[in-house]
Amino acid sequence: MPDTIPSAETVRDELIKVYPAKVGKKRAKHILVNDPANPPEIEANVRTIPGVITQRGCCYAGCKGVVMGPIKDMVHIVHGPVGCSYYAWMSRRNQAATGDGVQNYLNYAFTTDMQDEDIVFGGEKKLAQAVREAYATFKPKAIDIFSTCPVGLIGDDVHAVAKKMKEELGINVFGFSCEGYKGVSQSAGHHIANNGLFKHVVGETDVEIDHPFTINILGEYNIGGDAFEIERILERCGIKLVATFSGNVKYDDLAISHNAMLNVVMCHRSINYMAEMMQKKFGILWFKVNFIGADATAKSLRKIAQFYGDAALIERVETVIAEELAAIATVRSGVAGRLTGKKAMLFVGGSRAHHYQDLFSDVGMVTVTAGYEFAHRDDYESRRVIPAIKVDADSRNIEEIHVEADPARYAPTKTPEERAALEKAGFAFSDYDGMMSQMRKGTLVIDDISHIEMERLIQIYKPDIFCSGIKDKYVVEKMGVPCKQLHSYDYGGPYAGFKGAANFYHEIDRMISKRIWKMIVPPWKKTA
Amino acid sequence: MRKIAIYGKGGIGKSTTTQNTVAGLAEMGKQVMVVGCDPKADSTRLLLGGLAQKTVLDTLRDEGEDVELDEVLKPGFCNTRCVESGGPEPGVGCAGRGIITSINMLEQLGAYTPDLDYSFYDVLGDVVCGGFAMPIRDGKAEEIYIVVSGEMMAMYAANNICKGIVKFAETGKVRLGGLICNSRKCDFEKELIEALAERLGTQMIHFVPRDNIVQHAELNRKTVIEYAPTCAQADEYRSLARKIDQNKMFVVPKPLTMEELESLLVKYGLAA
Repeated sequence: MPDTIPSAETVRDELIKVYPAKVGKKRAKHILVNDPANPPEIEANVRTIPGVITQRGCCYAGCKGVVMGPIKDMVHIVHGPVGCSYYAWMSRRNQAATGDGVQNYLNYAFTTDMQDEDIVFGGEKKLAQAVREAYATFKPKAIDIFSTCPVGLIGDDVHAVAKKMKEELGINVFGFSCEGYKGVSQSAGHHIANNGLFKHVVGETDVEIDHPFTINILGEYNIGGDAFEIERILERCGIKLVATFSGNVKYDDLAISHNAMLNVVMCHRSINYMAEMMQKKFGILWFKVNFIGADATAKSLRKIAQFYGDAALIERVETVIAEELAAIATVRSGVAGRLTGKKAMLFVGGSRAHHYQDLFSDVGMVTVTAGYEFAHRDDYESRRVIPAIKVDADSRNIEEIHVEADPARYAPTKTPEERAALEKAGFAFSDYDGMMSQMRKGTLVIDDISHIEMERLIQIYKPDIFCSGIKDKYVVEKMGVPCKQLHSYDYGGPYAGFKGAANFYHEIDRMISKRIWKMIVPPWKKTA
Repeated sequence: MRKIAIYGKGGIGKSTTTQNTVAGLAEMGKQVMVVGCDPKADSTRLLLGGLAQKTVLDTLRDEGEDVELDEVLKPGFCNTRCVESGGPEPGVGCAGRGIITSINMLEQLGAYTPDLDYSFYDVLGDVVCGGFAMPIRDGKAEEIYIVVSGEMMAMYAANNICKGIVKFAETGKVRLGGLICNSRKCDFEKELIEALAERLGTQMIHFVPRDNIVQHAELNRKTVIEYAPTCAQADEYRSLARKIDQNKMFVVPKPLTMEELESLLVKYGLAA
């Protein structure tokens, strides 16, 4: 970095000083100077301070929009006023493959369209009717119901309706109490979705999967087709993907997912609950992977192959990695020639702000500062801090399911001895080291960034690219900096795996090298 | 037009007091509309001679957009105009939202005509949520009378309602017109309520004695004034009606703290 950039400590003070003393004191706990060897304790997953402009979404968005929404052959009914459904419809660009009689309802928005009279008299009857109609019209594999804020306020019992409709229709119907006002961000909705999926779907169907290397991918939502690329790579490697939670997935895949040998976790924040619960109940071991970035994908594939420990598989995976890396080498080095040393800032999600640092480092770019929108301390500092995380009233409001080993179905893939041997050789299970351990010493890490902090950071660091979401995008571009949405990928993708990485190199090269946003002179800077 | 809301603890006798007062005003030749704001829809029963009323919300649900005023506004005793807001069955939906919807509907239908001298809102129980405060928001009701007795919980409720009035008085025209003591024959009840009224900065506008004739009239689906026009109790209600008609004392109440209220109760309750 050029010398003109002030130290992280100076920037931190600069950000905090704009606030009233009390707010500044609170925000200071969210803005830290990183030390990868010994990550400082960051304040995260707490209430946003009223008055600041936050990036965060709501509980309903996390439950329906993120975790459950991508399941393609279920009908997802939103119980609430029409806007809650409409504005959560397709905005994350989750894709789904069809064909061969595969049902796909992602291109529909289902809602009970609550009116004044449903609020006054209660909406349970209308909900039951909506479930009936959805079933009669589409005959989906299963139906789930999402509660919006008014449903919680008037006390409609979506679970009772779901139970009744399950009996009446003979398909799985279940509900979520994921009212938008619950919790401090969409993170509460992820947890609620995990709980519902675990209670109502996972473990439904026992099967023998006749394959030596079976796997589930947890926390991959097929935005812009990411899951397609991961599916392609796993197939080339000869690894059998049972279910993805929940990109391009069918209900039946999820119902048999507990028969897989291994869970790998992409988005730790949104799905780690599921990984933990499946391990406790069924004995399925899990570890963290990252398929964002060519080198990260290669590393993840090697770890997966090492888990199965099969020599032929390990060799095949190496061949695939070599071929895939070779195929994108020219693009990568070409782009790297132009982008090495360019500065990126990432403020997004609960995983992406970390994952995409790998993609940027593929082409020699530097992450100057980053942070999550709704992550918890473990996503920053590593899972080691989980026992030390204080459980506040907001978190206590979200149900924690008590899970025990299933007496008939608990079947660990590895014996305790095999697991111990792997761990001794440096293999980590149930791991996530968090964002901070991978970021350079002295970089700023900021949780739940506010709008004014973002503007100041851009003025100070003058990044070459800023990654966040739709709420910031156009403001950032008006400041002359290209902005890549990592929630929806704007119009692009896939960016996962090898081909996805190449797509991303091209995209970033286009955005940074073309300098179009720097050519704009805003009206207030024009001389009359 | 004077716009009056009657509040008070559940079961205190709001509906009975309201309807008898309205009957008294109507006898005096006043044009009065009563809007029942209780999901049970029993605020106009005595004026109509039974539960003959289809509620605004039920009509809205059945008829959709095409609601006519005469479907929901029925003439009662002495040409009083009776409306029931209605609402969901117990344990379902949101009755508070129902009141908001129904008062808005009445306004749109033109129920508030210039010839009206009075509109009365008979509101369920305590002000439990925003919806039940609707009649005192946005200038819908500008005068509040609280029905109270010498029983402790009734006084607690009255004090809480005053807190609600203070809140809305800051932004609107709503004022407290007085306490109506509906006697439960407690010891020193009159003195107690007078003292409470004084502390709140208001008046006990009338002390309605307890009389079994009220029960008889109710069983006959009539107000006392209609059922037994010459009895003493009918005159009590007439007297209350006249006092309300002539009332000039409208205040922003000064609610008591819990400690103050309890010490007041102890002082009078144990004075015997």
